[in-house]
Amino acid sequence: MIGFFAPDFKLIIPELILLVTSLLLLIGGALYKSGNPDLPRRFSQYAIVALLIALVVLVLQYKPTEKWITFEGLILQDDFVYFAKILILAGTAAVLAVSIPVLSKENITSYEHSILILLATVGMMLMVESNDFMALFIGLEMQGLCLYVLAGLNRDRLLSSEAALKYFVLGALATCLYLYGASLIYGFSGSTNFEVLGDVIRIQSNEGLGIGLLVGIVFIVAALAFKVSAVPFHMWTPDVYQGCSTPITAFIAAAPKVAGMIVFLRLMMSPFLLLYGEWQELIFFLSFASMVVGAFAALRQNDLKRLLAYSAIGQMGYILLGLAAGNDEGIQAVFVYLTIYLIMIIGTFGCLLCLRGKGYEGVQYIEDLSGISTLHPKIAFALAIFMFSMAGIPPLAGFFAKFYVFKAAISAGLFGLAIAGVLTSVVASYYYLKIVKVMYFDRVPEIPTPSYGQILTLSPELKIVLNFFAIVILFFFVFPNPLLEMAQLAALAILS
Amino acid sequence: MAGLPLLSMTIFLPLLGALAIFLNWGNGGIAQANNARWVALWASLVTLGLTLTLCGNFDSTSSNFQLEDKFQWMPLLNVGYHVGVDGISLPLIVLSALLIPVSILASWTSIEERVAEYMIAFLVLETMLIGMFSALDFILFYIFFEGVLIPMFLIIGIWGGPNRVYAAFKFFLYTLLGSVLSLIAIIYVYFEVGSSDIPLALTTPFSPEIQIWLWIAFFASFAVKIPMWPLHTWLPDAHVEAPTAGSVILAGVLLKMGGYGFIRFSIPMFPEASAYFTPFIFTLSIIAIIYTSLVALAQKDMKKLIAYSSVAHMGFVTLGIFTVDAQGMQGAITQMVSHGLISAALFLCVGVVYDRIHSREIADYGGLVHRMPRYAAVFMVFMLASVGLPGTSGFVGEFLVLLGTYQINTWVTTLASTGMVLGAAYALWLYRRVIFGVLQKPKLKAIVDLHWRENLVFSPLLAGTLILGFYPMPLLTMIDTSVANVIDQYNIALDPEGERFFKTKKSMEMASYHQTNFFPKHYCEAPKALKQSKMVQDNRLSGLLRFARNDNNLLNLKYFIKMFGDEQWPYISCIGNGSEA
Repeated sequence: MIGFFAPDFKLIIPELILLVTSLLLLIGGALYKSGNPDLPRRFSQYAIVALLIALVVLVLQYKPTEKWITFEGLILQDDFVYFAKILILAGTAAVLAVSIPVLSKENITSYEHSILILLATVGMMLMVESNDFMALFIGLEMQGLCLYVLAGLNRDRLLSSEAALKYFVLGALATCLYLYGASLIYGFSGSTNFEVLGDVIRIQSNEGLGIGLLVGIVFIVAALAFKVSAVPFHMWTPDVYQGCSTPITAFIAAAPKVAGMIVFLRLMMSPFLLLYGEWQELIFFLSFASMVVGAFAALRQNDLKRLLAYSAIGQMGYILLGLAAGNDEGIQAVFVYLTIYLIMIIGTFGCLLCLRGKGYEGVQYIEDLSGISTLHPKIAFALAIFMFSMAGIPPLAGFFAKFYVFKAAISAGLFGLAIAGVLTSVVASYYYLKIVKVMYFDRVPEIPTPSYGQILTLSPELKIVLNFFAIVILFFFVFPNPLLEMAQLAALAILS
Repeated sequence: MAGLPLLSMTIFLPLLGALAIFLNWGNGGIAQANNARWVALWASLVTLGLTLTLCGNFDSTSSNFQLEDKFQWMPLLNVGYHVGVDGISLPLIVLSALLIPVSILASWTSIEERVAEYMIAFLVLETMLIGMFSALDFILFYIFFEGVLIPMFLIIGIWGGPNRVYAAFKFFLYTLLGSVLSLIAIIYVYFEVGSSDIPLALTTPFSPEIQIWLWIAFFASFAVKIPMWPLHTWLPDAHVEAPTAGSVILAGVLLKMGGYGFIRFSIPMFPEASAYFTPFIFTLSIIAIIYTSLVALAQKDMKKLIAYSSVAHMGFVTLGIFTVDAQGMQGAITQMVSHGLISAALFLCVGVVYDRIHSREIADYGGLVHRMPRYAAVFMVFMLASVGLPGTSGFVGEFLVLLGTYQINTWVTTLASTGMVLGAAYALWLYRRVIFGVLQKPKLKAIVDLHWRENLVFSPLLAGTLILGFYPMPLLTMIDTSVANVIDQYNIALDPEGERFFKTKKSMEMASYHQTNFFPKHYCEAPKALKQSKMVQDNRLSGLLRFARNDNNLLNLKYFIKMFGDEQWPYISCIGNGSEA
């Protein structure tokens, strides 16, 4: 069922919903008196509603194992894209939900916050459904530019401006790499369309490939590695994580990583699959370096957000391990890992967001969590679950994520990388445990500098998300099959 | 009772109790703490009852896995939920189920902070332990095996002694490092077998080169758990810093996970590698027995002394397991069970005085017999049991191990026996310093003897130790068929030519002693037939043979006969007769 027809707007209704909502909110925001403190909060709620409506529409539209190519071959819709979009929409909605109660406390007073997030979401959806280097570029930029602005939203804070600037400059560099790579590929294959590209590579691979094509792929890989913050393109991550307001860090850490990785997977496994032998070493290196840096660099971090940044780098290393496997199981593993990662990271940030000091300032250092388990047992419990899960300890969901990745690696014969993976996971578990230790083993300090006795009144949205995510992570082992089936369908779609 | 999934109920009942406590979990009122205690106690007692029902329904004449529960857990991956017990796992399950209520009772009053969390941790731990011993699927096994870490980490870290954070981290990271390597091996085995089913994997032959690697990976995780010298350094820290009940479970059950792993996986799945590494294991075991006994002599801390003695006793277990001899292996399992009872009791003994004086230093005690006669008597029984006095379970285990080792290597036996002497030295010396002498310390003047709850805690352990010491037959009967099966599988794989068959004969006689139909007497004639047939050297054939025999399955035999025709008939018929009998 492949139709090369004129624009089929039916397929992009979810994107249109988000786009229209963001424009409406923009007009609404301009009409309101500026400086209404309640505005960002209310807009976030509207944005959540829009995201949920888009999600429902998407689910209603879904027809299993159908593949559509539309907009002159620019946009593709199949099971893989469909599931990726679900992750992006749900992840963004969840991040907005956990950040609603803290927006005013985190100095996010401009109503553009939720608009930018919606636009970034549209960009991410475009990224995952693009079937052409041009469409992918638009998606990447749409998402990227929104994120740069979001990072600098807190203008008056030095760290925030620094983060935005770093993010922007390095991001621009990555964009250049991408464009250069894409033009090289275009020059050596004659097309920017993924399907055509795949055919060209198939034909060319018999007669020897142009070196330009390979160089182009290297550039593309570098650009995408920047997006998913894989070592050695990870430099921006700790600074940006630390500098942004926590709700924005939560957003940057969640859906964009998923979108970037999905694009990575699509490119490598669909048009470039035949060049597996060429790109595997690249991914191999990215994966290994990310796992090692993610594990060791985080050991000495004291700032929670920097620690989570390095942890994210490490997690990306494991996901890339699945990609390095380069087979059907690898795709499934990446997909499963991404889903679980999304849940864990949003849950973690949700817990951190609702723990506040006396003046409602957010937690910054690990010590700030000292003895929190006696003050807020439920939140500490949820955070402990997420931490153990991130460390990959069974029976929590994080274990299954790691298990699928290692399984894929071993099925591809990557024993060395798999062993490196398990060893770094032991190292990494140290700092996840450190957080648990601070919360459970340490006492609340007697003479506290900022005593974290406060907790925000949990808004219903936050409560739902945190409870739901904690239960999913804790009891994933009871119902692993839906996710596995989704992953299998996605893998079939991408390989067909 | 037939239709009920008894085993799964046993596994998940404690989890249900934990959930009940969790739902009633408030901010730590006295009533809530009491509720948590009672719920935990009842949940663990009912679990104990269920495990006894398991024993009742267990048929010790068959070496097959019994009371199996099975369903497709992750059909896409061919990973199933599959649990079942045999003679090797059942005693350890009963041991776990016995020690959990004991430790809950023992911490009835000594734990005052976060009681609900404490009880939840113990119940979750119980689920993990019983699940681990009964898992018949690799993934399930691994989940339970490593899942134990979370509750134990919290138990040591939250309710432990002054140096608890260091101990908890060391325990966690050490054991995690060991087990992740076995995860890689498990995944490899999974791909080789095409499924993660353990019974299936047990009948799959692996090539010797691969076996070496897989064996090392599994060894890493089991040797840390059991622990073998020189990987034992986490143990003294963890045991000393853990709260009393935590030490009870650590020493009583957690250490047995390693021994169980060796018997369940290393020996039958990787027989060539096991044979290859046997001298290595023997060396490590001997060093463990002698070295840690000497270290124990030098300890000033009671808990540390007992912790080191655990390493020495576990040395006997590894020794016994790797003799792959009926007596040695039965001895190893008996030793595991008896050590579970004895070391648990010894840690409780330390806990009793620690609760009163808040010191573990040996030098702070002396002359307790004058104030605490009952305590002195209980302590003495367990101390002597730990030494291996005839009439206690400690004797049965160690004696069988030595008996088994003697047939393999007399030097090893001699050295191991020195360990027993050293064991007597440190144990009796400890006893003398703590119990006898003049009661001088002012603190001890007002110390009181065991009260009723402590009596209650000690009584099942006391009974277990003495009953197993005087009449170990029920335990030995339970395990011997399964052990014979493991040994047999090992020997067949090791030399299909059949030279070692005459050694196996003994194990089979023991099995047939219980009128089993599993290892028929005819079967002992097999070596001759085997020698006649060159084809048996074929790995595939021996795999098939194993398969046919293991399942006791006529269908397989018929298939087998069809495949290999009449020339093999003398051999096949002798198995066939046995199965039909």
